[in-house]
Amino acid sequence: MYVRQLQVVDFRSWKQADLTFEPGPCVLVGANGQGKTNLVEAIGYAATLGSHRVATDAPMIRHGAQRAIVRTAVVNEGRELTIELEITSGRANRARVNRGPVPRPRDVLGILRTVLFAPEDLALVRGDPGERRRFLDDLLVLRAPRYAGVRSDYERVLRQRNALLKSSGAARRAGSKGDIATLDVWDGHLATHGGQLLAARLDLVADLAPHVIAAYAGVAGSDTTRSAAVAYKSSIADNLEPGYGVPGGDRADPEVVADALLAAMAASRSQELERGVSLVGPHRDELELILGEAPAKGYASHGESWSFALALRLAAYELLRGEGAEPVLVLDDVFAELDQRRRTRLAEVAAGAEQVLITAAVAEDVPSELAGTRFAVADGEVRRAG
Amino acid sequence: MYEGPVQDLIDELGRLPGVGPKSAQRIAFHLLAAEPADIARLQDALQKVKEGVVFCDVCGNVSEQATCRICRDARRDPQKVCVVEEPKDVLAIERTREFKGRYHVLGGALDPLSGIGPDQLRIRQLLSRIGEHDITEVILATDPNTEGEATATYLIRLLRDFPGLTVTRLASGLPMGGDLEFADELTLTRALSGRRAV
Repeated sequence: MYVRQLQVVDFRSWKQADLTFEPGPCVLVGANGQGKTNLVEAIGYAATLGSHRVATDAPMIRHGAQRAIVRTAVVNEGRELTIELEITSGRANRARVNRGPVPRPRDVLGILRTVLFAPEDLALVRGDPGERRRFLDDLLVLRAPRYAGVRSDYERVLRQRNALLKSSGAARRAGSKGDIATLDVWDGHLATHGGQLLAARLDLVADLAPHVIAAYAGVAGSDTTRSAAVAYKSSIADNLEPGYGVPGGDRADPEVVADALLAAMAASRSQELERGVSLVGPHRDELELILGEAPAKGYASHGESWSFALALRLAAYELLRGEGAEPVLVLDDVFAELDQRRRTRLAEVAAGAEQVLITAAVAEDVPSELAGTRFAVADGEVRRAG
Repeated sequence: MYEGPVQDLIDELGRLPGVGPKSAQRIAFHLLAAEPADIARLQDALQKVKEGVVFCDVCGNVSEQATCRICRDARRDPQKVCVVEEPKDVLAIERTREFKGRYHVLGGALDPLSGIGPDQLRIRQLLSRIGEHDITEVILATDPNTEGEATATYLIRLLRDFPGLTVTRLASGLPMGGDLEFADELTLTRALSGRRAV
């Protein structure tokens, strides 16, 4: 698939912009602060309904404007679909597909699939476990859009259950019984949604792991003796089947996982009441990144961390590519951060992509394989530069 | 900002559900231009809704008397009770003209984030109502969202111990007059798992 057109109105720094892309490499070149990243961010937003830079929607709207509009035309196997998103501050966003409104913005997920690699991705290796959980969940939604619903249902039940644990725990300490009966109900719902989410994550890690090993070996090449691996570390690992989440192992059964979650919640109930938070479940899990024998976090050098982050994105790209419509690859300002061999390796993969969108401050940073279509971004305008 | 009373009115209207600042302003200026008699009628209605409306002793629906119109109606089947969250849900089901039983309004759903537990809902009243009267079926018609589902599950746990009582839950699935292809995955999954032999 490829993005044929991008139009934005009042998005980030852009009052208005209209770009026509072609398949293959498209490079946006411009000095710092001209809004290159904002343009690829808009494409990422159309694919994921979220930004890779911030957690909230408010910064998407140009300062002083009421709402931002992102319109993209996506061509998938010869068929063109347009997605139009209206981001309004303080109100629900609206979405249209081919000019027809859809009930919920969530319904546009899956039309455009992107894999975006940006300097922020260093946090995948060095940041909190939450960054890696988000990486997995975002990838799940790209793989099967219905997980967007599972994820938000899980988060909602989790918030409710935490509120109940807090109030029941306080009531118990004060000597009364609290709402233990309703806690059972929330346990059940958390296990149902959590079972689906966790089972899907386990399967995802099992499928992704071989791609990560290959991608890291490719990126880091012969100058490293350590090989990379990923493993899913669950907060209820003791209750799970050992074959789950392992390449070549069993596919995780959501109902079996839900039962395991229920058992784990029962075992940690008094502790949960004491602390007032849910202590087991997918929200406490971690995607372990291993380099040689040691965890990547804390042990990897700066260059190794970069390679690992890049390997995770490339693995995601290869996984999605192997499973259907080829995603659009977006490389935001990354060539300047890479050394020569990593640049070359990344260029090899990117050159084979159906479409790759690249931003760079200096045109010379982009390897010659990725010449493609060039756009010059300056003074609030985008010009085609050959 | 407008001066004095006009801005006060806009602020008050803006606190109502579903009324934004622009709508509040429109309504305020409409009221400003309205006939005094119309204003008096509105004032009267607002006064009455606070003073004259009570909640039915039996089902908890809004009512003018101690028991509501539906609970007084002898033609309605007292053995079937439909449990809903809000009085407006009673109205929604009444519009179908299909249900001939009676209602029980919970006054909300389990929502720990807002501090609403079983004690804040009319659940105890429901249990004693089932214990005291000859009720054979309870239909759970709470909303099909996180909180409504949790409330339904909780009620199922409480009600399954009553001998001879059938507990049912409203079916969830595809809307009538819709297209299958436009249904979201969750709705379709629910419709599939709730399919029935024909």
